[in-house]
Amino acid sequence: MQAQDIFKNNASKGLLSIYYTAGYPNLDSTIAIAEKLEQAGADFLEIGFPYSDPVADGPVIQHSSEVALKNGMTLQLLFQQLGELRSRVSIPIFLMGYFNTVLQYGVENFCKSCQEVGVNGAIIPDLPIYEYEDLYQDIFKQYGISNIFLVTPQTSYERIRKIDNLSNSFIYLLSSNATTGKNLEVGEQAEQYFRRLKDMDLGNPLVIGFGISDRDTFRKATNYAKGAIIGSAFVKLLSDNDYMDKIEPFIKGIKS
Amino acid sequence: MSKYNVNEKGYYGPFGGAYIPEMLYPNVAELQKKYMEIMQEESFQQQFQELLKDYVGRPSPLYLAQRLSARYGANIFLKREDLNHTGAHKINNTIGQILLAERLGKKRIIAETGAGQHGVATATVCALKGLECVVYMGEIDIQRQAPNVARMKMMGATVIAAQSGSKTLKDATNEALRDWINNPVDTHYIIGSVVGPHPYPDLVARFQSVISEETKKQLAEKTGNGLPDYVLACVGGGSNAAGMFYHFLEDEQVQLIAVEAAGHGVDSGESAATTALGKEGVLHGSRSILMQTDDGQVVEPYSISAGLDYPGIGPQHAWLYKSGRGKYVSITDDEAMQAGLLLTKLEGIIPAIESSHALAYLEKMTFQGNENVVICLSGRGDKDLDNYMKYFGF
Repeated sequence: MQAQDIFKNNASKGLLSIYYTAGYPNLDSTIAIAEKLEQAGADFLEIGFPYSDPVADGPVIQHSSEVALKNGMTLQLLFQQLGELRSRVSIPIFLMGYFNTVLQYGVENFCKSCQEVGVNGAIIPDLPIYEYEDLYQDIFKQYGISNIFLVTPQTSYERIRKIDNLSNSFIYLLSSNATTGKNLEVGEQAEQYFRRLKDMDLGNPLVIGFGISDRDTFRKATNYAKGAIIGSAFVKLLSDNDYMDKIEPFIKGIKS
Repeated sequence: MSKYNVNEKGYYGPFGGAYIPEMLYPNVAELQKKYMEIMQEESFQQQFQELLKDYVGRPSPLYLAQRLSARYGANIFLKREDLNHTGAHKINNTIGQILLAERLGKKRIIAETGAGQHGVATATVCALKGLECVVYMGEIDIQRQAPNVARMKMMGATVIAAQSGSKTLKDATNEALRDWINNPVDTHYIIGSVVGPHPYPDLVARFQSVISEETKKQLAEKTGNGLPDYVLACVGGGSNAAGMFYHFLEDEQVQLIAVEAAGHGVDSGESAATTALGKEGVLHGSRSILMQTDDGQVVEPYSISAGLDYPGIGPQHAWLYKSGRGKYVSITDDEAMQAGLLLTKLEGIIPAIESSHALAYLEKMTFQGNENVVICLSGRGDKDLDNYMKYFGF
């Protein structure tokens, strides 16, 4: 089975994805954390490449980005480190970060490097649909790199359909209109919104992110979606000295 | 359609666009859809013009600075934005945007500010309209600009310290954008410069375009010709320059000169001369020219003038620069301070240090006979007295 197939396979559900920032807490911790996460049972990963001005992120991920930059993390270095990714990790990996960093690296270079190291796709929150479609879609396709789009409770149906058409792995569904690191409250409104999206019968599976932090919120989210993403809550754990020992209990606690 | 103004997709040449996360899309799309229609409403224009006249004190005078003219051998006119209510051109934009926010049914206003001038101008119009106002300001700027913080608080605004990143203007802008993401329904974001996602650069330029609209008329009355040989303005993000250039963009015989802050010198490592030091990049929602590392991390700029130390310029400026329509130059701290003192001594006008940058460029120009020059005196220097005192030891 290809790594990507977990999104197409109807039997797979309750997928857990973990986000963390490359170069945090240490410059060379990126691959070791990925390896540990796979062993512990994470189904796929989002590795953030840091940016100086992460407007969609709350304090926890902002902090991890700042530390990563101070540690010396760059996109170039990250791709070097990821050279040994596929000899150590087999679950799908997506890179997540802001567009300016990709633009400076070169969009085509970025896609090419992703392909070379075996990264499956990218999540670039501030790359708009119009620009992607017009300028970059062909490049992403040429290198077989999925571009993941975000959808919020405010996104119109028409726009969701368009996003569905442009997507080929999963759609990143935001639990609420918020920056990262807020707690998810699945009230009636959110449930209705999740249900409506489920009823749209989209071509791509939904994965819910932002506000998922523990077993309870993970369960709620995966009632409506194929999977859910935990970011800030995991990044917080990485600030502990013995974080490597804490990864497995954290993942098991969520998936049990 | 002018080739120097925004196209239907929100671009100026290759610059502009709306590089925003999906969470901001509905707000920005609503603005894109409605701003022109609202601005063209008769009742909007009537209210806008009335407030500009009776509240801001427009038209601002176009003043022929005789002693300055004699010194440089040209007819030098100062467009007196420093005489506006709250002391700078910033109020033109906030008046326009508060009327827009009202028509969009928004109840809460947010803004970013560096030196505090835009924050004060926003707090002012919020007081005027009785709307809730939250201003984000870098923690370091709050310490540096205490009187403006006090002004905002007196007018009922909440000032929130931006504690992320470098704790200055760019981080205050990030915090305002994060606030907007978290408050998508009831909040309008009044951006203070010609930056941000489309339609902000166009929106702000249109509200500031009153500067050149008046200038053209006033110059025609004074000289019989509304077109000067040169127009000068300082550029941080570039809102006073955008307004000062607006109605001259198509008059190619008018030379447009934009003056950036070189800080301690373009090559000193402490500068805000974006066109000299930057390259194409994306920040705060638009593609423009940006000071950044090879890895695409935004570099913190420096200038003695708090209103000019922004790491980018508006996308229209990037296009005027790249297309060659505008000449983009830079002036150091020292040159600006000397020019500020010179204007004070020759004309009895203490300019904002931002505006002093535009004035300083006169030293580098050569004039032939009877040429007409208009300089945008974007703000008054009261807020900079501390800096002037420290620099000159008064």
